[in-house]
Amino acid sequence: MPMRASYELELKQVYDNLISMCRHIEIAIEKCTQALVQRDNVIAAEVFKEDKLVDGLEHDIEQCCFKILLMEHPVAGDFREITAALKMITDLERISDQARNIAEIAMQFGDEKYIKKLEHIPQMAVLTIQMVKDGVLAYINRDLALARSLEKADDKVDELFKVVMRDLTELIRKDPATAEQAILFMMITKYLERIGDHAVNIGEWVEYAITGSHGAEES
Amino acid sequence: MGKNAISVKDCNLHYGSVPALKNVTMDIRERKVTALIGPSGCGKSTFLRIFNRMNDLIESCRITGEILVEGNDIYASGVDVIQLRKTVGMVFQKPNPFPMSIYDNIAFAPRTFGIRKKAELSEIIERTLYRAGLWYEVKDRLHQSALGLSGGQQQRLCIARALAAEPRILLMDEPTSALDPISTGTIEALIMELKAEYTIVIVTHNMQQATRISDKTAFFLLGELVEYGGTQKVFSNPFDGRTESYITGRFG
Repeated sequence: MPMRASYELELKQVYDNLISMCRHIEIAIEKCTQALVQRDNVIAAEVFKEDKLVDGLEHDIEQCCFKILLMEHPVAGDFREITAALKMITDLERISDQARNIAEIAMQFGDEKYIKKLEHIPQMAVLTIQMVKDGVLAYINRDLALARSLEKADDKVDELFKVVMRDLTELIRKDPATAEQAILFMMITKYLERIGDHAVNIGEWVEYAITGSHGAEES
Repeated sequence: MGKNAISVKDCNLHYGSVPALKNVTMDIRERKVTALIGPSGCGKSTFLRIFNRMNDLIESCRITGEILVEGNDIYASGVDVIQLRKTVGMVFQKPNPFPMSIYDNIAFAPRTFGIRKKAELSEIIERTLYRAGLWYEVKDRLHQSALGLSGGQQQRLCIARALAAEPRILLMDEPTSALDPISTGTIEALIMELKAEYTIVIVTHNMQQATRISDKTAFFLLGELVEYGGTQKVFSNPFDGRTESYITGRFG
């Protein structure tokens, strides 16, 4: 067997698990928003299952990376690829937790009519799903431009966050009775905003894997 | 910024008509550990041997360029090679103690340089054996044959023997490749200690060793110095694709 064959094989396993982790997170973000919009607790509960799967995958990838570090002593590009994967999965796991948190909050609204029409939150969900997907794809395809595009994408998420915050503040001001729901919506929006930040972190680790310098270092 | 112990400019070396080093320019910092890495036949040992003119022993060897050791051109006419080798000590791959007592091995260089007084010799022997981390293991059998020592002890004896000449630069040509991991660890720890006082240049095939002990790493390929930089940089983000290919095992 050529010297690098076992390394390439193990790295392939990391890639496969990362893609799978990414897929479950997309579903989790999609479903937590769906649960909120459709007021469906069954869908919310499904998010918990996705989160469990993500946790398991994080553990598998971690073990695989540890094994590569121990057995293969990767250096240079290989080393950066493995350490970046190890850092990325922490962000991915957090994202999954946040989807779970959103699902939990979605279950707390009960039967009361929503104080506002949901438009920005689903938009934020669509954007963040794309960001997570792009982050993982950038890693696998070593696509530096895509990795660097995440920062810009996050600006849109941040803008929507501000819009929602403004709307909710206005609602509370007009009718303090909306405060209870407004706080729940606010938390959901904050979680989505955080998901965007984690996706940016992923982009920075991809940049490190490709170039050797971490995006955050330069700013 | 430290001073350069060794400064090499446009060095070319041929064995007969075969080029072994091509236009190598490189400065080696004082009191740092510099690792030379590269595949077999890349010229790294040849390069190491330039610094104490070990290549003089090979008749077909021709060398051009400027080689300064502590600012002095060591290939200038009239250079005292014995004095040079006093300043630039060498430790080889296979431990090579002389077939004599531990005491006489260490006393060899000081005696060569004219030290005869017993008290003075004993002091040098204790100090250098202590410096090489061997004193407590051998102090009760200084007059027994050095060949009775273990491989790791023999190599530390060779380091002590080199230190007894009071060099300022130590060249090491794969000093641990014949040793087990424990002896290797001892020697590596010793190298880390010695760099406070000595400039160390080490040829190694062990990448982990280079990352563990060296401050700077130079990668040679086909007689060319491909890359030279801080060890952490070279092993985490080399600038040359050939370095990356070599250290990640993509060659051969």
